[in-house]
Amino acid sequence: MKRIMLIAFIALLAVSLIGCSSEETSDTIKIGVNYELSGPVATYGNNTVDGIKLAIQEVNDAGGINGKMVEAVILDNKSDPAEALSVATKLIAEEQVIAHLGPATSGAALNVVPAVTDAKIPMISGSATNPDVTVDPATGETREYVFRTCFTDPPQAIVGAAFAMDNLGAKKVAIYYDNTNDYSKGLYQVFKAEIEAAGGVVVAEEGFSADDQEFRPTLTKFKDAGAELVYVPAYYEKVAKIISQARELGIDVPFLGADGWDSPDLVAIAGAAALNNTYFTNHYSSSDDAPEVADFVKAFQAAYDKTPDSFAALGYDTAKLLLAVIAETGSEDPQVITDALAATKDFPAVTGTLTFDEFHNPIKEIAIIEMVDGAQVLNTKIAPSN
Amino acid sequence: MTKKQILVLSSTLFFVWFVVYMATDVWGLINSFQQVNIIWAGINVILAVSLNLVVGFTGQLALGHAGFMAVGAYTSAVLTMHFGIPYVLAILAGAVMAFFMGIVIGLPTLRLRGDYLAIATLGFGEIIRGVLVNIDYVGGAAGINGIAKITNWTWTYIFTIITVVLINNFIHSLHGKACITIRDDEVASELMGINTTYYKTLAFSMGAFFAGIAGGLYAHYFFMIQPATFALQKSFDALVMVVLGGLGSITGAVLAGLGVTFMNAALIELGAFRMVIYSVLLILVMMFRPQGLMGNKEFSARVFDRILPKRGGKDDV
Repeated sequence: MKRIMLIAFIALLAVSLIGCSSEETSDTIKIGVNYELSGPVATYGNNTVDGIKLAIQEVNDAGGINGKMVEAVILDNKSDPAEALSVATKLIAEEQVIAHLGPATSGAALNVVPAVTDAKIPMISGSATNPDVTVDPATGETREYVFRTCFTDPPQAIVGAAFAMDNLGAKKVAIYYDNTNDYSKGLYQVFKAEIEAAGGVVVAEEGFSADDQEFRPTLTKFKDAGAELVYVPAYYEKVAKIISQARELGIDVPFLGADGWDSPDLVAIAGAAALNNTYFTNHYSSSDDAPEVADFVKAFQAAYDKTPDSFAALGYDTAKLLLAVIAETGSEDPQVITDALAATKDFPAVTGTLTFDEFHNPIKEIAIIEMVDGAQVLNTKIAPSN
Repeated sequence: MTKKQILVLSSTLFFVWFVVYMATDVWGLINSFQQVNIIWAGINVILAVSLNLVVGFTGQLALGHAGFMAVGAYTSAVLTMHFGIPYVLAILAGAVMAFFMGIVIGLPTLRLRGDYLAIATLGFGEIIRGVLVNIDYVGGAAGINGIAKITNWTWTYIFTIITVVLINNFIHSLHGKACITIRDDEVASELMGINTTYYKTLAFSMGAFFAGIAGGLYAHYFFMIQPATFALQKSFDALVMVVLGGLGSITGAVLAGLGVTFMNAALIELGAFRMVIYSVLLILVMMFRPQGLMGNKEFSARVFDRILPKRGGKDDV
């Protein structure tokens, strides 16, 4: 029995180590897709991958790139940073992809960075917003092989502050942020600095914690302080409760937030009426009637029978950008692709015309969404100025 | 064990190390994906064997193993990053820290039994995670990133072997036997004069110590650590390996640790469907082999006597 177990174990080892590495001359262009398809943030990954698949489908339907079809190798990283690294090494070492798309979250993306850097393979994430993903915090140097197509958090707060002051005419603002969340705290700090730099006053600022359910005392304080606008850079679930409680208290000033608001559940929890006169910054709006956006939304609805959210749009843009660069350079050399990516200028993406800055962050317009009777309506688009 | 057995065993272990080392660093036969999984295998074996000491040998159902792993990971990462402490010392310091956390948590909770203990340890595992989320010094929810990548095959192998050998020796010592009597009948062992609280806490904090080592290895391989990594799911993964391998079998825990890791790697293309296979496998094992793959049987060095030709003839244990 013991002998059998031993032999079985050795066989298992051998199979798992040797079994899967077969090398073939590829007549396709292989792109690695490493996203969160299961686990707590599975919706991010699945929506992004829908966008990526649509982009690749369109390119293949148009004859591929230089006569070659594009093949996406899509693997699930289970929303686990360690698994994301494992998947990335699998894509690079065994599937021999020439470029790596994903992951969606900053934690997982940070874990993948060393693997793509060692292998000198370009990596583009559609939604990892942490600045450290593209810039090494220890040296301050840009990571050569890492790019992102979404904006980072600070530009959202900059645009939000400009919109509050210039478009809504609010000079006295209150800020209500989630002090257990880095995303929320980062936006709060930048927003406050921007408002004060532009001559506005922050009349009240309070933090709540992720478990809070009762916001009325703080909201009453905001009211007494005479706030003309409340900035809530948090996720939709808390935002919905805060706004519905504020409206109950008769606080009818505008509320402003960021892309964490973007969810159908916002309306489901707060109700359409309470959300009137609220705005948030976002990557794009599906109600935008610019031709790139309209075409994308139409194609996406035809393929999946649902309206694309920001993740889907960013996934589509990420894949489209990569494939455009490969087609333009005519090369499958990862280094050539990386250099061409870094030089991207005015790429016509769904989420805004895109140019990479020296930190591999996109410079593009940010959409301001207004909630009108429960529907997201594009109010305006503003380019961050700094 | 006889001298010959020790010699054969240690040369086999050395041979395994040498072959994998050469295949990785010199011959280039093992690609980076397989390397990641080899490191994972080592970490999982350490987790499974150390948890088996608590659950399988001492009979205390503990669900906070990932919490101790987090303590080891964070302590060692902070020490190497901010204080420039050498890698090995940092890992040991992380393990010692986890050991003391084990005592602090073990003393009050190990008075509880069965379900109550499981719930209490589960709670403590979550507390460790919750505390880490709220400490800005270690990066809060975003965690620490940019930890030097020092863990490699050699270190993983050394720590794995040390863990297995030490726990194996502990179990066969007088202290280990005391732990086993607690598992078999706590009241009887108390009547025999065994200080049950002492031995339960000892086993529990020893398990925590090795989980701390696993955490240190993890932190210095995967470049970044986040509190979310050490959530309840990780504790369950370790428990599943212990149950699959056999409660009270070190060999079983080692095999299950390796098997689960390599199965996960081999089936990576199936994505989320892996969890279904994993669950079905668990149900099948529970139905047809409820004692786990190995039950409480062990692989012993005597196997070598059967494989190798005998020289002296006198061969006793």
